Formats: sequence, structure tokens, C-alpha cells
Amino acid sequence: MKQKRIGLYIHIPFCKQKCYYCDFPSYPGMEDYWESYIDALLQELILKAEEFQTPYVETVFVGGGTPSLIPAAFISKILDTVYIHYNVASDCECTIECNPGTLSEEKLKIYKDSGVNRLSIGLQACQDEILKALGRIHTFEDFLSSVELARKHEFDNINADIIFGIPNQTFEQWQETVARIISLDLDHVSCYSLLIEEDTVYGNMRKKGTIKEAEDELDRKMYHYAVDSFNAAGLYQYEISNFAKPHFRCRHNMNYWRRGEYLGVGAGAHSHYNGRRFANTTDIALYIKGVNSRKPVLSEDNYLSREDRLEESIFLGLRLNEGIDISKLSREFGTDLESRINKKLQKLISQNLIERNGTVIRLTEKGMDFANAIIVELI
Amino acid sequence: MGNERQKRIRNFCIIAHIDHGKSTLADRLLEMTGVLTSREMEEQVLDNMDIERERGITIKAQAVRMIYKAKDGNEYILNLIDTPGHVDFNYEVSRSIAACEGAVLVVDASQGIEAQTLTNVYLALEHNLEIMPVINKIDLPSARPDEVIQEIEDVIGLEAQDAPQISAKNGINIESVLEGIIKKIPPPTGDEDEPLRALVFDSFYDSYKGVIAYIRVMDGKVKLGDAIRMMHTGKEFLITEIGYLRPGGFIQSDSLVAGEVGYLCASIKNVRDCRVGETITSASNPAKEPLPGYKKAVPMVFCGIYPADGSKYGDLRDSLEKLQLNDASLQFEPETSKALGFGFRCGFLGLLHMEIIQERLEREYNLDLVTTAPSVIYRIIKTNGEVIELDNPTNMPEPTQIERMEEPIVTATIMTPTEYVGNIMELCQERRGTYLGMEYLEATRVILKYEMPLNEIIYDFFDALKSRTKGYASLDYEFKGYKESNLVKLDIRINNEVVDALSFIVHADKAYSRGRRMAEKLKETIPRQMFEIPIQACIGNKIIARETVKAYRKDVLAKCYGGDITRKKKLLEKQKEGKKRMRQVGSVEVPQEAFMSVLKLDT
Repeated sequence: MKQKRIGLYIHIPFCKQKCYYCDFPSYPGMEDYWESYIDALLQELILKAEEFQTPYVETVFVGGGTPSLIPAAFISKILDTVYIHYNVASDCECTIECNPGTLSEEKLKIYKDSGVNRLSIGLQACQDEILKALGRIHTFEDFLSSVELARKHEFDNINADIIFGIPNQTFEQWQETVARIISLDLDHVSCYSLLIEEDTVYGNMRKKGTIKEAEDELDRKMYHYAVDSFNAAGLYQYEISNFAKPHFRCRHNMNYWRRGEYLGVGAGAHSHYNGRRFANTTDIALYIKGVNSRKPVLSEDNYLSREDRLEESIFLGLRLNEGIDISKLSREFGTDLESRINKKLQKLISQNLIERNGTVIRLTEKGMDFANAIIVELI
Repeated sequence: MGNERQKRIRNFCIIAHIDHGKSTLADRLLEMTGVLTSREMEEQVLDNMDIERERGITIKAQAVRMIYKAKDGNEYILNLIDTPGHVDFNYEVSRSIAACEGAVLVVDASQGIEAQTLTNVYLALEHNLEIMPVINKIDLPSARPDEVIQEIEDVIGLEAQDAPQISAKNGINIESVLEGIIKKIPPPTGDEDEPLRALVFDSFYDSYKGVIAYIRVMDGKVKLGDAIRMMHTGKEFLITEIGYLRPGGFIQSDSLVAGEVGYLCASIKNVRDCRVGETITSASNPAKEPLPGYKKAVPMVFCGIYPADGSKYGDLRDSLEKLQLNDASLQFEPETSKALGFGFRCGFLGLLHMEIIQERLEREYNLDLVTTAPSVIYRIIKTNGEVIELDNPTNMPEPTQIERMEEPIVTATIMTPTEYVGNIMELCQERRGTYLGMEYLEATRVILKYEMPLNEIIYDFFDALKSRTKGYASLDYEFKGYKESNLVKLDIRINNEVVDALSFIVHADKAYSRGRRMAEKLKETIPRQMFEIPIQACIGNKIIARETVKAYRKDVLAKCYGGDITRKKKLLEKQKEGKKRMRQVGSVEVPQEAFMSVLKLDT
């Protein structure tokens, strides 16, 4: 039997300090839990390998939180367990998320030895006052030294995360961030419009009125500036918020958008396997307890109908610059998608929101501003 | 004079303000007379419909027969006829009252007499009913029965010293009410040998028996198998069932005679053939004159009702037909709107009637509705002499073809404590009222009379009246006639297209402010879209107000990774659901709420 090709996501829910915009399952100051959590994680890796018959792993992504915060030995243990219990592709893309100020030569060396070949570094902005306002614990200088250190240890696939639309951020500051990233000649950039979620520090500040979201006009100006600048610099946009040099797209994330299968390990981690989407509880104590009794606690577990799967294919695929192939989806889901969406499609094309090439449709640059509204038309 | 049988009958109703304990007292009477055991009793048996219970009002009249063994050793038949309690249903109230010889007036021992009660007391006095006051809730710490008794004597001029002091809730002194009814309320009169005349005080449709009519036999007798004639419609039927009323059911018998209350069925297919107020007589030996007081149902208020989901048009029609079986006053005919699709133009007795029908459609028939602003019937005299009656603004002819327009005028009677007279006068003036007069009922209570255009009353006059009098004022109105008026049609354009469902007719002096308020309200309810949307209020081609819904610039999720997919998909599905509930007006998506929000413009 042909083995399933999957991505493997490993969640480290710890950080030094919660960023003001963060709504991820991540907990500062829970050092006492680190060891028992990692033990549970290793346990779950083994459980999942058994349950899903040693799948073929094409990508590994260690995300967080701040995985680079915890001792590198933990990371090495985790990855060793992956190698032992899973079939790992020889060209496996193996990413770890790091934050400046938590990396060290020693950690990088261990990562390298453990098979990590891609670093995703959280920068967000290159002005220290903005970093402080975001609740980050590092400076721009820290980021520069992290990049330098990484290169010294021959990491040749480095991503930086940056954010725009931050309260009080000026267009000029954003231009500076974009320019600095370009001058660093990084291989990949993830560039996000800040979304203030309710149960975050920012969310509370917004409620109190102490901060205000950036105006849509400015947000879009910043976005299109970044898209144009990165494309011109050879960092080609391949997804609404992602840019890469040729051959440096994040394969792990591409798998999400192409609706591939993946297993998530750790508290709050999500999986998509055999037409089913499920997720572990975000509660660390509950997670550990569950795994130790060999029954991981799930917070959700859904089987997808054919209609669900088609909807997902459209809404995820349209995030990608490669777009979606209507006739391929029609075949895959046994439906005449073409005639189902034809009328809407014509309208969207005439509004310059969608462009079409044969049976492939994709969002235009303008369309990316209205991706939700467009997707809602088509699903 | 009454015979022996009639001497043992009492026909009465209960008059009370909301919450003063009418239904509770009715329940106690039923219990005391053994009609019901407490186990059988759903609380407040007489209010049948959900809406009635929630609103605390009675919409349909109900009736029930009790047998009471009095202290004088005789058995009496007590017929309690419950009355609806709202100005829209004044006619129905008057027919219920006409079926009785007396009324029990329930007054809350703490709160005293309320305005709404008085309206019905006067109606009862007009029909020469004997009124027996009862002081309720005497067990409450705040009870002040002596003052309330004084109030009854002062305000209504009723002897109230010996009024039973009771607690319906706790069953205190209920027997004294029953004894009082027998002593104070006169027995019915009426000659059994005269030709039959029976008053229909309620009728409703039953899918097995056809129309069931609740009747009070005034003269003569009627028995199973008799051929009867409706004196107003002239239609004839054969009686298939006849009998007495008990809560939630019937006791079949062979006949009913003068003075008795009961029901009959005669394979009548529609309540319109047996309306409230109809006089039933014998087909073979008809009476010369019908009983007085019959009025044709004249809808005064109209609105468009549309299904929120266009595919439910058939369901809406079926539901309206079913409601109409039971409601002779409800009218409807199909209409179409560019914005709302297929729906119905419906006519109602008044605003409450309209709200109740809408609510029943939504609740009992599970329909999601969009309704247009209520309208009255305008009379348009065209330049070519033609006269048209207009109940839908959309059909208004071009201004150049209009010679003049007339609108319906009513006489509004407002009863209020004196302290609110100023507020009410101000309100009536704002609503184009003409002061007719004021009459003191007592030192602290007055009746104000105004002549008012009906279209000023049907929007939110009740609400405004209530809020300016802390709920103390009561309103009644009577159609007076048509009067020439400077009326204009106000159109709303969304993105330069006229939205027919939002058009309405308004007095020229008010067009500007109402247009502005509507535009403001629409701006709040129409969500931002990919382009800028101008909202304009216009009279013909003249724009009198303008608002703009700014375009949104961004509707995109920045992040969507493995852990986000389920949640984000739900968000998109929600967005899609919201979109489904939108109405397409040209290229603009207008939420259903927008059509409804302009119905209640704050003043």
C-alpha cells in the first residue's frame, strides 16, 4: 500500500512573554511544565505513528510559542523520535520557529545536527519602539545577530515574519522594514496585516480605546507596497501573505493550502487526515494527562463532507498565486464546478477581482484585498 | 319578564387592567365551581394563544359555563365571557359586552383604576351592564383597599363600599364574588317565543367542524338540525352541532334558548360567513330586525409582507389563508416588489392587529418575513376626474396627473392623568392633530379629543404616547372621514435606484425630516461594500437628503495555516449566511433589517 505523504506539525506552547497581538495557544512562565510536556509530546508522536501506520513525512514544522526558548536538547529529542517512528523523506523540509534573543550558537548547532534546515524568525518590525509596543522582548539588533549567527551555522533557508498595520505605525516605518528585509537577502518573508483579536492584550486595549486599528486605506497601501517591493527584489509572492525566492516556498505551508494531509502533535495542534479534521486540547495539563493515559483529549473532531472538501479547496487554493484548477476540482469532487460558479465568475472577472487562464482561476492583486468576499461568492 | 330558567342564569364579563388579575380570578371561579380541577388547569385557562400569554392581552374572546350552588340553595348557571383588550379590537369587545348583563370590574388594591380599564367600563355602561367592582390583591402589603374603593366611587360613580375584597392568587374571598354576581347582576331577559335572534360574539375555524360560532341567544330558541340564516350576509346553514361551553371544549346539547350562552356549528366554511356581531335567526321564521351594533370589518392599515426567503412565497400564502379562516378582518392580495420579490399586500384593523398577524406568521407558521412601512388608504383625485384609492405608495400616479389628495382622518380619544396633558398636546401637535376638546373626568383625569390624520398614528404614535405618559395614557380612535392634504411620495434611492419597498407617502411638511432620518438609518444598517453607496431621499427628482456608505477597502484573512482552517471556514460560512439574508437592490446588497429598521424611526 502506498504510504500517505504528510506534513508533521509539532507545537511548543511556551514563550517568554505573550506578544500583545498573539492569540495562539502559548503560555509564558510555565517552565515547570516543560519537561513533562516534552515527554507527553514524545509519547504522542509514538502514538500517532502507530495509529496512522508510520506515515511518510515530507515536512516537519516545529512551531509555537517560541520553540527556540526551550533547551535545544528537547528539540533534538523530538526530532530523533520523529526519525525513529516515522518514514522521513531524505529531502524533508524541517523548520523551527525562533525568536531573536532566544537563539544561541549552541542551540543552532544542535538544531543543525538534529536535521533542522529552515529557520523562521519572528521579527515583525525593524523599529525598536514598535517592537516594544508589540510586546516583543527583542530589538532589531538582536534579529540581525540571530540572522548572522544562523548564516554562520550554514542555515541557507531563512524566513522572517513581519507585520504591518500596527497601531501608530507610519508608512515610512513600514517602507524601512521592507527595505531592511530586502537588503538582508533573506530567502522567505511572511508579511501579515495585523488582526487584533478579542482576547489579546491589544484586543483589550482596543476595547478601552487606548489603541486604534490602522485605517484600511493605510493597511492596503502598506500591503501593496510590500507586494510590489518584494516581487521586484526577487522575493515572489506565492500566497496572500507569503513571499519567497524561487525554490524557497515553504513546502510545509503549501501543503495546508493545497489541502494536503498533516498530523499535528502537541497541545492545540490540528490534524487533517483521511477526510477528518481534528485538534488536540489547548489545555496543557489536560493534554499531558490525556496522552499519558494514551487517550489524547481532542477539542474538535469533524469528518468533512464532499461539499466541505470542495469549499476548502476553493478557499485555501485561492490564497495561492497558483490559484485553483476548476476542471481538476470538478473531476476530483464529481461536480460541474464550472457551471456552478460560471455566472459569479464572469462578474468577478469583469470587476478585475479574479483572472482566468484556461481552467485555472486566481485572485488578482486587487482581488487579494477582498479575498473573503470573493470566496463567499464562490463557495 | 324572565322566566324561571332565565332567573338561574347570569351572563357576565370581567374587566381589568393588564396584571390586575383577570385571568387569575377567572381560574379561581372555574375551580370553585368545579368546572376544572387544579390538575386539569393549565394556568390561566382563558388566554389560549402563546402571544396572548406573553403580551398579557386577550385577542380572541373566550367563554365558559359554570354551575354554582349558591347560598340561597339554588343552582345557577354562570356564563363568563372573556373580552379582548385592545383598541384595535374595540368592536369585538363591544360584541362580547353586548352578550352580557353584567361585568365584574377587577381593580388592583395597590394600583387603583387604570386608564385602559375605564375605556371598557364606559363601553360596558353604554351597553347598560351592571358593574360589580372587586378589589383584588388585598393580601399585598401595599394594598390600600379603602382608598381604591373611594377612587371607584369618585371616578366611575359606582357604589363600591360592599365590593368583595379578594386575593385571586391565594383564593381569598372568591365565594363572595360568586354570590355578588348572583345578587348584583340581573338575569337575562328575552322571549323564548319570539323569532330567533342570537348574537355571534366570537367565531373561529376548526378543520373538523367548520366554523364554530360562540353565541348568546337573545330571543327565541335554536335547536340541532334547525335551518338558520345569517341576517347580514343572508347565507343559510343547517345546524350540525349545538351546546354549551366548557374550558377547552364543548358539552353537546339539543338546543339553546333565550338568555343562554353556547356554541353552534353548521358546516360553515369561512368565518367571514359568520362574523363577530352577526345575528343568527331562523331561516323558516326569521326575525324582522337584526341585533344592533354590527359593523363591517374595514381594514385601516396596510403593509406589504414578503417572505425573507423568496422560495417560501407559497408557504406564506397558505399561512395567510389559514389565518384568514379565523380572522374575518384580515385581507390580503398578491403584490410584487422589485426589491423584495413576490409577496402580499395585507390589510389590518390597526397596528396591533398587524403586529399580531406578523408575529403569528413567524411563530406559528415558522416564516421569516420582511414587511414594508404601514400605509393607510389615500384618496387621489386625478386631473381627469378619476378617483383612486391607494393603499400602496408604489402605485401613486405621476404628480402631474394628480389634482389633489385626501387622507383618512380619525377622532382620537386619549384618556390621561392631568399631569401629562402638556406632553400629549405637544405630541398631537407634532402629529398634525387638531384639538377638539378636553373633558375632566375628575380632578386628576381628563379625556382629550383630537382630530388626527391616521397616517400619523400608524407609525409609532402608541410608543410615543406611552413614553411621554409613562404608560398612563390610553388611546382610542374612530374613523371620521377623508380630508384634503398636501401629501407627497418620498422615494429612497440606493446607489441611484429607487427601492420601491421603501417608498411611502407623507405630509409635505414632514418629508424633509423623515427623509433625513430614513437615510441616516439606512446608512447604519447597510454594510460597507466594495464600492461607495449613495443613499438619497427624494421627492420626484428632488433630492432632500443624502448619506453615503463608504466603500470598504479590505476583506481578507492575513493568516490561514493548519490550525486556522476550521475556524476560518466557519467565519466564511457565516459571512455567506449573512449574504444570503441580503436583498439585491441593483448591485447593492441590502440586509432585510434595513427594510424593517425604517419602520421605527425614533422621534
